[in-house]
Amino acid sequence: MAASLTRRAALSGVGTLFAWAYAPRVSSAAGSRDARLLVLVLRGGLDGLAAVPAVGDPAFDSARLAPELREANATLPLDGIFALNRNLPTLAAMYRAKEALIVHAVATPYRDRSHFDAQGLLETGYPSLAMGNRTGWLNRVLAALPRGERLPPPGGLAISATIPMILRGPAPVETWQKQIFRYADDDTISRLLDLYEAKDPALAEALRRGASLDGALDLAEALAPERGDEPENGMAAGQRTSGGGADMASGAAAAARFMAQPNGPRVAAVSFGGWDTHVDQGSVQGRLARQFEALDKALAALRTGLQPVWRDTVVAVVTEFGRTVRLNGSRGTDHGVGTIALLLGGAVRGGRVLADWPGLRTNQLYEGRDLNPTTDLRAVMQGVLAEHLGLDERRLASDIFPETAQLARLRGLIG
Amino acid sequence: MLVYDRIMLRRLAHFRFGLGPAPSLRPSEADPRVAVLAEVGQPVPQPPGDLPSGEQGVGLYVARQRAIREARQRKTRAQFVSPTQVSDRELFARMDLARTTRTPLHERLALHWANHFTIGGQNYSSYFAGAMEREAIRPNMFGRFGDMLRGCTVHPAMLFYLGNRSSIGPLSEIGRRRGLGLNENLGRELLELHTLGVDGGYTQEDVQEVARILTGWTLVTDGTDGPVRRAGFRADMHEPGARRVLGKRYPEGGAEQLEALLYDLARHPATARHVTRRLVQHFVGEAAPPELAAGLAKVFQDTEGDLGAVTRALVSNPAAWSVPPSKVRPPIELLMSAGRVFGGLPPRPALRRTLLVMGQPYGRAPSPAGWPEEDDAWATPEAIKTRLDWALVAAGQLDASHDARAIAELAFGDGLSEDTRRALQRAESGRQALALLLMSPEFQRR
Repeated sequence: MAASLTRRAALSGVGTLFAWAYAPRVSSAAGSRDARLLVLVLRGGLDGLAAVPAVGDPAFDSARLAPELREANATLPLDGIFALNRNLPTLAAMYRAKEALIVHAVATPYRDRSHFDAQGLLETGYPSLAMGNRTGWLNRVLAALPRGERLPPPGGLAISATIPMILRGPAPVETWQKQIFRYADDDTISRLLDLYEAKDPALAEALRRGASLDGALDLAEALAPERGDEPENGMAAGQRTSGGGADMASGAAAAARFMAQPNGPRVAAVSFGGWDTHVDQGSVQGRLARQFEALDKALAALRTGLQPVWRDTVVAVVTEFGRTVRLNGSRGTDHGVGTIALLLGGAVRGGRVLADWPGLRTNQLYEGRDLNPTTDLRAVMQGVLAEHLGLDERRLASDIFPETAQLARLRGLIG
Repeated sequence: MLVYDRIMLRRLAHFRFGLGPAPSLRPSEADPRVAVLAEVGQPVPQPPGDLPSGEQGVGLYVARQRAIREARQRKTRAQFVSPTQVSDRELFARMDLARTTRTPLHERLALHWANHFTIGGQNYSSYFAGAMEREAIRPNMFGRFGDMLRGCTVHPAMLFYLGNRSSIGPLSEIGRRRGLGLNENLGRELLELHTLGVDGGYTQEDVQEVARILTGWTLVTDGTDGPVRRAGFRADMHEPGARRVLGKRYPEGGAEQLEALLYDLARHPATARHVTRRLVQHFVGEAAPPELAAGLAKVFQDTEGDLGAVTRALVSNPAAWSVPPSKVRPPIELLMSAGRVFGGLPPRPALRRTLLVMGQPYGRAPSPAGWPEEDDAWATPEAIKTRLDWALVAAGQLDASHDARAIAELAFGDGLSEDTRRALQRAESGRQALALLLMSPEFQRR
């Protein structure tokens, strides 16, 4: 494997693995930082009250909820009101280390119940879906980033086969996904590169970068023996990734390894599905519990993989909407509104739950069924983008999240 | 100009307007453009096999809901045909047809129009996506755009996918009783994507008015031999009253209101521009001269949306043959032409998974806007590298009788560039040569 690494590195040129490499220098009161932002999108609608139950709310017991959340050791206490699902121990440790900030009763402006419309608003950052020509807000962030000197235009990274909506737009974005087929051998790569260089420079560039992305992963994975050489039929990796849990951790680990590189991307997005828990959700033991466990492992992989740059990193965990406060007839929850958002990383002023708590009594719920959203997710992200990436306020309220001039961004999230 | 000689025309005929050569079909010696043009207006074949109609798809959906309900009561595991199973069969059937068809332009058009009227797989829509293509798209590809538009708009696939089946007029009988409301999805996409285009001059109020006109188009129950559920119109969910769209008044008229609206939308000049612009973007790409789309829009307008005339105008326009191959082909086309050139794809790697890792999971476009159409949308580093990884794995599964040089000769003849020819000759193994052929610029761009 070591030999092939060298050749891959040689193929990719002068030791620079990332053609999009650039480094925005963010000047702030805290001095100059090389900031990184990873957005983790949880698709399907995360049950924020199962992850961070408001056990101190007087209506908590009657309001719902999964009764098992009341059992001994089901949760880890955070403060007087909130506790954390016990299947999230890494998050608890980050919270104690003041590296995790939980924002509760959060929502996008979306108030209906369609996943893909809700994800549309979450990812475009638009106030409504009526706006045409859709691009993702994280791509618009890339375009707005302050540039470092003598560096090419900023680019982002998506851990997926194609670019998800949140990163779609004019700014260049790389994609990478876990290997499914056995990687092409270097000899074939270099022959095809020769052919492309003669006939099709754009494909040559794409192939060179694609191969160097794999090479970068080899470099990191050389230390991790679990990825052996796949058998000749090339399908073993595909079969192995069928479990959602393993996918979360490996997707997170990959993003972390890319972002931790000195020339790695500064902005990236990863998404994890499986949160649409309509039936038998099992918040403490069961399906949702296993989702939390997998997410927790992914968070651990992020913290480990990003260690060299953790101090300058924010990981934002967001979801398109929350779920109903009460369990439905099938011991699951249906699409709701208010939920949580998480800000993690060494750059975060953590160890806190931020919430303008709306209460869980029926008359306090949104339409009598959902956690009432009191914080706009865009205000949270604006806070991160202003303080962490140094974006200017005017741009935040027009280009990044249009029509939000009236929205007061959250302050004091970073530092 | 030299590049537009017969060799280039043949390559464009195969790849811009077709699915690549099939060595088993004798290459035509005539002007390649004539062969493409001759396909226009011919009867359009349907994918083979026993595939569910829209109505049967509704039956499968109803059966699924019942099975889940009953299993929940009995605390057993529900047995039903899943949307993915249907979608898998649709995929295999269309790959079969693509491999053997003598009218590959038809398959390309079917892919294009299915993307114009994208069904993305959410909300159980995979039960009916193939049915919509077979019932509303293929029969109208050389007919009226208005017929295709109507067929797709009220097909269960669209009503499920964009949630119109649960869009209820607030003042309708059911709306007043249950306090439920409007879902604007289909109204918006009908204007933005299917007809006028985003710059088509409509307002948010128009979107809402269209959504109100669309209320009531959902599942209905009827049938003489016991109740059958199918897509149709329910007056008790329809928002009563006259509506105003793009300044024109549509009097109250139940189901007729939508008919009148679609009739006008299908003939609107903005629709002519938007629909033909998408067609040109799909087949020719970003380098197409603007006159090409403008000319097609005029044909569309003059013929009241005769898609046979529009398609004929596209493939007979010299401009469509003067832009060099510049679009990277989407994964589904790549796999279809690999199937054609090799007389079938190996069973492994599995088709569905291959499309997934190449970024084009079958029937699961990322949004109602469909798959991206920019020339280089599919040329991301990850995607190109994955294609190469796939090509090597697939080539390793083909039996040793496939000789890349012979296939290339038969398929491209003199159209193969000297560089590609040399790369094939010098390949270290038959497998590597096959992979290089699949990855050659000739095979990747059109």
